[in-house]
Amino acid sequence: MSHAIELDDVHVSLGGSHVLQGVSFSVPTGGVTALLGRNGVGKTTTLRAVMGLAAHTGVVRVLGHDTRGLAVHRIARLGVGYVPEDRDVFAGLTVAENLRLAERVEAPAYDDAFALFPDLAARVRQRAGSLSGGQQQMLAIARVLLNRWPLLVVDEPSKGLAPKLVGEVAEALARVATTSTILLVEQNLAVVRRLAERMVVLDHGRVVHQGPVGDLDDPDLTRQLLGVAAAR
Amino acid sequence: MTIFLSLTFAGLALGAVYFLAASGLSLIYGLMDILNFAHGMFMTLGAYAGWDLATHLPASTPSAVTFALEVLAAVAGGALAALLTEVVFIRPLYGKPLSQVLVTIGLDLAVVALLLGGFGANSLSLPVPLWFLEATHVGSVLLPNADFVALVGGVVVLVALEWFLRRTRFGIVIRAGVENREMVSALGVDVGRAFTLVFVIGGAMAGLAGLLYTAVFTGDLLSPLQGDGLLIFAFIVVVIGGLGSIRGSAVAAVVVGLLQDYANYYGGQHAGFSEIGNLSTVLLLALVLEIRPRGLFGRAT
Repeated sequence: MSHAIELDDVHVSLGGSHVLQGVSFSVPTGGVTALLGRNGVGKTTTLRAVMGLAAHTGVVRVLGHDTRGLAVHRIARLGVGYVPEDRDVFAGLTVAENLRLAERVEAPAYDDAFALFPDLAARVRQRAGSLSGGQQQMLAIARVLLNRWPLLVVDEPSKGLAPKLVGEVAEALARVATTSTILLVEQNLAVVRRLAERMVVLDHGRVVHQGPVGDLDDPDLTRQLLGVAAAR
Repeated sequence: MTIFLSLTFAGLALGAVYFLAASGLSLIYGLMDILNFAHGMFMTLGAYAGWDLATHLPASTPSAVTFALEVLAAVAGGALAALLTEVVFIRPLYGKPLSQVLVTIGLDLAVVALLLGGFGANSLSLPVPLWFLEATHVGSVLLPNADFVALVGGVVVLVALEWFLRRTRFGIVIRAGVENREMVSALGVDVGRAFTLVFVIGGAMAGLAGLLYTAVFTGDLLSPLQGDGLLIFAFIVVVIGGLGSIRGSAVAAVVVGLLQDYANYYGGQHAGFSEIGNLSTVLLLALVLEIRPRGLFGRAT
């Protein structure tokens, strides 16, 4: 099985804190792999290390390329779309400008993006800062769909969204997952169950469990790894 | 009323030059987090480039043509100085903001010293058309022609810059980068190219500011220290307007220009306090920092 992402003994220190302490795991090509764990165990930092946004030691391979020495924009151009935790849409830019900024291919797939999020098509001239939280999340996802990248790195897409919108975003990601590999950080276990086939669990900056998402069916394991009851 | 209108026009002209000096500074800080103390050097070198070109033209060259070429030389000189500064001195120091600040201060001091050594401390005279020294009646008000030139220069650059920032892909990259540079990179955009471009644009505008300041406000006299004098007001305008905001710089430049002229006339002439224009500007800065620390158009952080 080929791998879309491989991390080998990745360490990250932030402000004197050893956040990642030798993280090693692989994300197989195709489908959704969930990266789980309690708050503050290093999930977002792991995604940032994949994107080159967090200085790290160890080896990160993205779509078969060793990313050591590569600038962030070069890593993205390998074919990775990044949806950050707080969406990070550009508030002062319009929806159209946010999307235009993300174009990296000759024929951006606007049809795909607007088919998934028709609400955005009606708001192309609106400033992203005036969109609702859900609309901003849709824009953040639409932004990385334009290039039909083979790999998406998505950080907590349901965070702060109303339940109805969580369902819409999950549905959109499920459709995207049919054509792209997704590494997903998500606290909402119902969304994880719906989208992911595999999971990697972090604790204190280390991988403590890897396996199929079906492992969440074991309530004792779920409570032990995540500190929460398993959701159905 | 006539005096008030004259003062307003002169304040707008001064504001136009402040805008030219400040807008590049604001963009550079907004995108790159660099307090660029070499910006005064760009202004001085732009003005010297214009002067140097003018001295090499045949005496028969029409004065309007000479001035147009001075403008082009100033823009090119400022842009070239900024390009070299970014590529040679700033780029190797990305991620080291203190080192970047120190290197820009050092560069500025070195260039001023070189100009003093090469051209002497005495001011040089920049050739300008005689028309600049005349005035035009607008209704009952007599307005200096040179002020029109500064005002037109400021407005043309403001319109061109707004067009560039809103209509071109590079402009979108720069506006997005001012908001969140890291995310722009994560979308696959080479922000380093935008850095260089912003420096070049800022340098070009600074060069034009240096030349227009000489042609309009110093009695055509050019000195190695004038860029640093202008830089202080540029920094004040940038902070009042909001770091990274071009519209903020434009509004703040006009406010500062008007305030200085009104205060100098009404305070200076009638109260006998000659430096009250500068003092009022600093007081305005303090007031804005107290009430709205992010500036008039700055983003909350």
